[in-house]
Amino acid sequence: MYAQMVKSENTDSGPEFDAFQARIDAGERIEPKDWMPDGYHKTLIRQISQHAHSEIVGQLPEGNWITRAPTLERKAILLAKVQDEAGHGLYLYCAAETLGVSRDELTEMLLDGRMKYSSIFNYPTLTWADMGAVGWLVDGAAIMNQVPLQRTSYGPYARAMIRICKEESFHQRQGYDIMMKMAQGSIAQKRMAQDALNRYWYPSLMMFGPSDKESVHSTQSMKWRIKINSNDELRQKFVDQTVPQAEYLGLTVPDEKLHFNQETGHYEFSEPDWNEFFEVLNGNGPCNTERLSARNKAWNDGEWVREGMMEHARKKAANEKVAAE
Amino acid sequence: MRDPLFEFLLRQGDNTLILSHRISEWCGHAPVVEEDIALANIALDLLGQTQMWLGLAGEVEGMGRSSDDLAMLRDAWDFRNAILVERPNGHFGQTMMRQFLFDAYHVELLSELVNSSDARIAAIAAKSLKEVEYHVERSATTIIALGDGTQESHARMQAALDNQWTFAGELFETDAGDETLNETGIAPLPSSLRSRFDARAKAILGAATLAIPETSFAHSGGRSGKQHSEHLGHLLTQMQWLQRAYPGATW
Ligand SMILES: [Fe+2]
Ligand SMILES: [Fe+2]
Ligand SMILES: [Fe+2]
Repeated sequence: MYAQMVKSENTDSGPEFDAFQARIDAGERIEPKDWMPDGYHKTLIRQISQHAHSEIVGQLPEGNWITRAPTLERKAILLAKVQDEAGHGLYLYCAAETLGVSRDELTEMLLDGRMKYSSIFNYPTLTWADMGAVGWLVDGAAIMNQVPLQRTSYGPYARAMIRICKEESFHQRQGYDIMMKMAQGSIAQKRMAQDALNRYWYPSLMMFGPSDKESVHSTQSMKWRIKINSNDELRQKFVDQTVPQAEYLGLTVPDEKLHFNQETGHYEFSEPDWNEFFEVLNGNGPCNTERLSARNKAWNDGEWVREGMMEHARKKAANEKVAAE
Repeated sequence: MRDPLFEFLLRQGDNTLILSHRISEWCGHAPVVEEDIALANIALDLLGQTQMWLGLAGEVEGMGRSSDDLAMLRDAWDFRNAILVERPNGHFGQTMMRQFLFDAYHVELLSELVNSSDARIAAIAAKSLKEVEYHVERSATTIIALGDGTQESHARMQAALDNQWTFAGELFETDAGDETLNETGIAPLPSSLRSRFDARAKAILGAATLAIPETSFAHSGGRSGKQHSEHLGHLLTQMQWLQRAYPGATW
């Protein structure tokens, strides 16, 4: 998902650890001041930051079309949507900060490649229909993952998820609405819509992370309730929800093996190309270089601004102190 | 001559449209996330104002053109925004300086327009004024912080001011159409807003430890449509691309 392949730490055993696990099993929320195992703490930092970074980098592929939106209303909707994503990044950085890391530290780790963000944002947005596909599929997949995380064991993370989920359904709806207009539009628009689905289908399936068989970090995270469902469970749920929506649009999911299994009540579908997934995670996706350099440029170009503001705040505080004395 | 009311409405809507577009170019590239969010907010406010101004312009014109038609299907010579707002973003300080100069004018204009004899204009102004009061407060605070920040930020802000100042004068340019609207109580003379603008600029730029350039020269040509800068054409190329490439499509 937005947090794919988060490396989970192992935990030790002993009475403290058992008591902690018992709290989680009883559905209690862990709060920042509570005792927690080192592994839980570290894994959470990784997962929440990766999620936060994804929201921040996620501004870029959609930001790419704000200046080319076809109508004033579409531009306003897209701008508001991308603004929400920046807000999500902020909520999540705040949740991570409750674990004793600063946003600046986390940002540095994103910028020099030590921390990851979701693979999906390394794909290019080439036509306006991609704004539809991203909202419909990418935000759709994000919702699948984030709704259960509202019940995650770490309080600040769960509360951030609750705020975020409120906004995500609007994101998906606006995306689907764009797709609908395109699918019902001119021949060129319909072609654009189909092309966007072709390109975004498998990368969206990859958002849930590798198959459960390969997913080495899941067990401990699920025990700690910082992961609620398995990757394959969520992926299946996503496909079951999305295929009928594609049919309704009159678009074809780019998977010849895709079919509905009457007995199981689920769609059977082809796995994405996991080699491609690992290449993207390792920096070889179509836009990895552009995304990271855009974020680095924003950060470096902004340095004098951040320093100027901080210096002004220091001067102001000093003046106020003098005035008070 | 064109209908002065239509011309006036285009000037309002084009200023907000073009400035909103410029600010939206920042999306995802601001110095801190809070600024990404704040800039998007301002761009959204101005976009909403555009829809109202250009919507009314289309109505007044009576040729069946919507706000989208006016935004997406006119070429550069038909735009009536001041050159200031079409200028490229430059660095964050330049963007904020341009914003402050525009906001400081905009807030004075809207404060008058809320009393317009045309109820439709008064209503748009009332809604916009609430937003723009916030914009000017925010851009002023930023100008002060960066002007009176580090040596580097001070130098950058002074350069930004030197660079933009001569583009502010056009906002107060007054022509025969403005006289007509003023006589009927529809809109104030732009020139009448200048002294209040100057007072605010002096106070804020002073607090920012920045020196206002000693020149009375002002670039012009945008608000009359006579001669925009080269930048506008490129902006429109991007903004109007889909509507031009796929004429008549619904989005
Ligand atoms: Fe998202
Ligand atoms: Fe989000
Ligand atoms: Fe979203």
